[in-house]
Amino acid sequence: MPGLGTSFGRGGATTAQQDVANADCILIEGSSMAEAHPVGFRWVMKAKERGATIIHVDPRFSRTSALADIWVPIRAGTDIVFLGALIRHLIENDLFFREYVVYYTNASCILSDEYRDPEDNGDGYFSGWNEEKHAYEGESWLYKGGDLSRPERDLTLQDPQCVFQKLKRHFSRYTPEMAEKVCGIPPELFHKVADALVAASGPEHTAAVCYAVGWTQHSKGVQIIRAAAILQLLLGNIGRPGGGILALRGHASIQGSTDIPTLYDILPGYLTMPHKGDETLQQYLDNYTKKTGLWAHYPEYIVSTLKAYYGTHATAENDFGYGWLPKLTGNHSFFEFLYDMLDGKMEGMFLMGQNPAVGAPNSRLQRKALSKLKWLVVRDMVEIESANFWRESPEIDRGELKPENIETEVFFFPAAGHAEKEGAFTNTQRLLQWREKAIDPPGDCRSDAWFVHQLALRLIAKAKASADPIDEPLRALDWWYPEDSLGDTNMEAVLAEINGWHTLEEKENVERPTSNAQHPTEDGVVFGVDRNGEPHHGPQVNAFAELKADGSTACGCWIYSGVFGRDGVNKANLRKSRDYLGHGWGFAWPSDRRIIYNRASARPDGSPWSERKKLIWWDSEKWTGIDVPGFVKGKAPDYEPEVGAEGLDAIPGDAPFILHEDGLGWIYVPKGLRDGPFPTHYEPLESPVSNDLYSHATDPAVNWFTRNENRFAPPGDARFPFVLTTYRLTEHHTAGGMSRFLSHLAELQPEMFAEISPELASELKINKGDYICIVTLRGAIEARALVSRRIRPLRINGKRVHQAALPYHYGTAGLVCGGTANDLLTISGEPNVTIMEAKALTCNIVPGRLPHGQAFAEFLNKYAPQAGQISLHPEEPSVSTGTSGGGHASEGKE
Amino acid sequence: MTSLTALLSKWPLVRQIRERKDGTGLEAMSEKTRVMHARTDDAQVARSICPYCGVGCGQLVYHKNGKLISIEGDPESPISQGNLCPKGAASYQLLTHSRRETKMKYRAPRAKEWTEISLERAMEMVAERVWESRKRAFVRQIDGSNINHTTAICHLGGATLDNEENYLIKKLFTAGLGMVCVSNQARI
Ligand code: SF4
Repeated sequence: MPGLGTSFGRGGATTAQQDVANADCILIEGSSMAEAHPVGFRWVMKAKERGATIIHVDPRFSRTSALADIWVPIRAGTDIVFLGALIRHLIENDLFFREYVVYYTNASCILSDEYRDPEDNGDGYFSGWNEEKHAYEGESWLYKGGDLSRPERDLTLQDPQCVFQKLKRHFSRYTPEMAEKVCGIPPELFHKVADALVAASGPEHTAAVCYAVGWTQHSKGVQIIRAAAILQLLLGNIGRPGGGILALRGHASIQGSTDIPTLYDILPGYLTMPHKGDETLQQYLDNYTKKTGLWAHYPEYIVSTLKAYYGTHATAENDFGYGWLPKLTGNHSFFEFLYDMLDGKMEGMFLMGQNPAVGAPNSRLQRKALSKLKWLVVRDMVEIESANFWRESPEIDRGELKPENIETEVFFFPAAGHAEKEGAFTNTQRLLQWREKAIDPPGDCRSDAWFVHQLALRLIAKAKASADPIDEPLRALDWWYPEDSLGDTNMEAVLAEINGWHTLEEKENVERPTSNAQHPTEDGVVFGVDRNGEPHHGPQVNAFAELKADGSTACGCWIYSGVFGRDGVNKANLRKSRDYLGHGWGFAWPSDRRIIYNRASARPDGSPWSERKKLIWWDSEKWTGIDVPGFVKGKAPDYEPEVGAEGLDAIPGDAPFILHEDGLGWIYVPKGLRDGPFPTHYEPLESPVSNDLYSHATDPAVNWFTRNENRFAPPGDARFPFVLTTYRLTEHHTAGGMSRFLSHLAELQPEMFAEISPELASELKINKGDYICIVTLRGAIEARALVSRRIRPLRINGKRVHQAALPYHYGTAGLVCGGTANDLLTISGEPNVTIMEAKALTCNIVPGRLPHGQAFAEFLNKYAPQAGQISLHPEEPSVSTGTSGGGHASEGKE
Repeated sequence: MTSLTALLSKWPLVRQIRERKDGTGLEAMSEKTRVMHARTDDAQVARSICPYCGVGCGQLVYHKNGKLISIEGDPESPISQGNLCPKGAASYQLLTHSRRETKMKYRAPRAKEWTEISLERAMEMVAERVWESRKRAFVRQIDGSNINHTTAICHLGGATLDNEENYLIKKLFTAGLGMVCVSNQARI
């Protein structure tokens, strides 16, 4: 989450769900929280009971809007204009929380003279654009002098080169009138929201922001979250009770799967995957270690990770096995390798609990890509569409694919369910919660850990019998895990490794463990014996502060350190909550802190901002309070670092954001983003209108992934006049594998539908319940028309714009089937995280049923001609051949 | 005589008159109801967490003799305080419904149907496929730089798995096999 990560330091929700109850105002935008996170929403209701104002900004009136005090309908994909107008309002009317902004944010930092803003030419570009590379070079974005650790500051915020003045200028045209023109929000409604937020700012009050993928899944998703971060910093709401930004995650462990990433570009704990050219460990460390702030400890974290991976094979002499880690040669994210699949460059694929045939954008293309693989492993609880695309899919029905021509070997492994295995999910508030195993899985069902473990044992055995140098990393891999009677690894032993321990090399005379139990030895060793009965490791570490860069510690994920320390207590499994923040229940990373950056909950001098909003404070000797302080315990509020100080010693006593080199909250991001230091309004890649603010309509750094089967309609294309957005139902879950097969859930939402307004329905002569087809350049699907006032046309720049909203859960398998909304979507890559734009596109609506079989192609061709030019949007890189993707990175891929 | 009194006193109406109650309390309970008990009473309980969304509601999983009895909200969770939404409440069915697959299945190239194979054999075959694909498509160096990766095998999934599982996946796939095409539902 670079939106949150670059603003505050850590890529996770800043607060806990329960804490939302303390808010005086809650802005929910980019989320229908009552429907997609229903039980979390109760804390919003608790806040409302206590008098908080609830605001819901969304294209669709949902149960969230029904329970809110203010509902603000908005055109999908224009959030930055709305948030930008709020930011401008605070600045122009001097309504921001000045003391917080001056001391805790980088508003006062002086920028380089080289910096140019999109406002300067009104073209939408920042300085540093390199047209040839289709990317920014960010040097001109740095602070004056280029040093991030000791920026020059003007605490009066008057210097024309300071961040505050640049911010003011950047958003100067984001007026309430502009919000009306672009988003369709009337100024009275805008002012209602602004007043509610301002009333909830200051020492006595706080406001919280809740968002979900309604913000992330845009071509500028990261920048929408950035805009919210700026707003919250200006209002003084980060690190304080009832404040913060709550990123609502849609899967049980989506936070966990980025903390311990099954992602290509990071290692556990947000360490960077090495790139081509990071030849030695030293070069790598030089590139990623920061001089000041917590990241000064990068060497400790990465060396401990390497020790966890390669055990005794990782030595100081061999760079702790750094050379064995694969190096990135470009963007290897899902959409990039999807195109490799389509082009026949991918041989095999593992699918574990994901169903791209329904859940990923342009799903027609997804299913075709699966059919190009040599082999595919699917692990799921039911036969999902991604497992049976070769015999039961729209493409088979239409004759586009034939089973006898599909070479793909498919291995379907039935998976164990959540009560049939033990392990921890990390929820939306960074909280690790352990699940105990209740029963054994039935039949051939096994956990994913079992699968990986069994595969590892086989591959390592092969590697040990081979002399091939490419098998060295496999031979070195420390696969020591004790297992149970089913051949499953002991999951608490894995958790022990994730927490970290002292290695046996540390000191010769360390007491060697002799038994393999969770109960710690006197020394604090848990599970100390490997598969062969040999001593494996020493005592647990209690915190990441204990980690060393000399090989004497190993740690699988440094930010989780402390979850399983020397007392041998699995803290993810603690179940006695002591306070409203839930201390004693589970373990929140980092260090069991429930509200992060909480130094900001006190004034610069260390006293609480107010009695009502106190959380931690300075008691003249140390930081103390209700939460675990996110600050060096004994560092006084007036501490001033000496010149040349490093690490945390370089962070002053009044700088709460200790992961940043300057300790400040970043209103302006001098480094770390690919599409600009400030959020800027760009139109969605498919939009009914042109950009009212800049001559370049779309985010310049976006990756279009243009391809014959992945084309974009140009702005205002009369063939696709309506805005299309997608959403989730309470009763279904993502791609449906865990819901469409269950009678209890299936009967609650039995059929695919599309929500349209009565105005649009009457224009198109559609009645409630009629079948309609929704068509885009990528495909067409059928749905029942849900004609409802919950969605309404907006007046955009004098033009009436209709929106249609589609749930995205349906497919061809399960108890209830229906059109797959993702068939309509484009694959596209937001510049920072390569996420697709799923929430704002354009479409056409055709009354009637969708033709089956071969007649489908004719139908699609009629409404969305499939031949002809591939790049239709004037800002897309042009693509001439039928298969290669525009902007699709191919550098170094062999 | 005593048996007749005993018999009569089992009659709720008599009990109601004798105890001067209004018939809405325990006196209205029949013997059958009296001996009934919750099916979770003598079950074992595992503390668990809902597997659907990121709210992370607490669950109590009741089981007896290796069989699931019921899944309920955990009242002690500071987040959910005993509540579950329709999905969380359906998680008992998620584990027990009849469409759930419990057999290993294999589809050969160009085949029109699945065939059943043993888990053991499937594991051997998958290990073989990984081994061969990796051998064919492992890149040691490009322009003299060490690369040590393969882009011919990919992984997708993780947001529904446990942290420990994601850890093992990354360790084996990336640190062991050199796979860089590893992705899940999250975007970071
Ligand atoms: S019960 Fe509902 S709200 Fe709670 S975690 Fe499960 S899906 Fe989310």
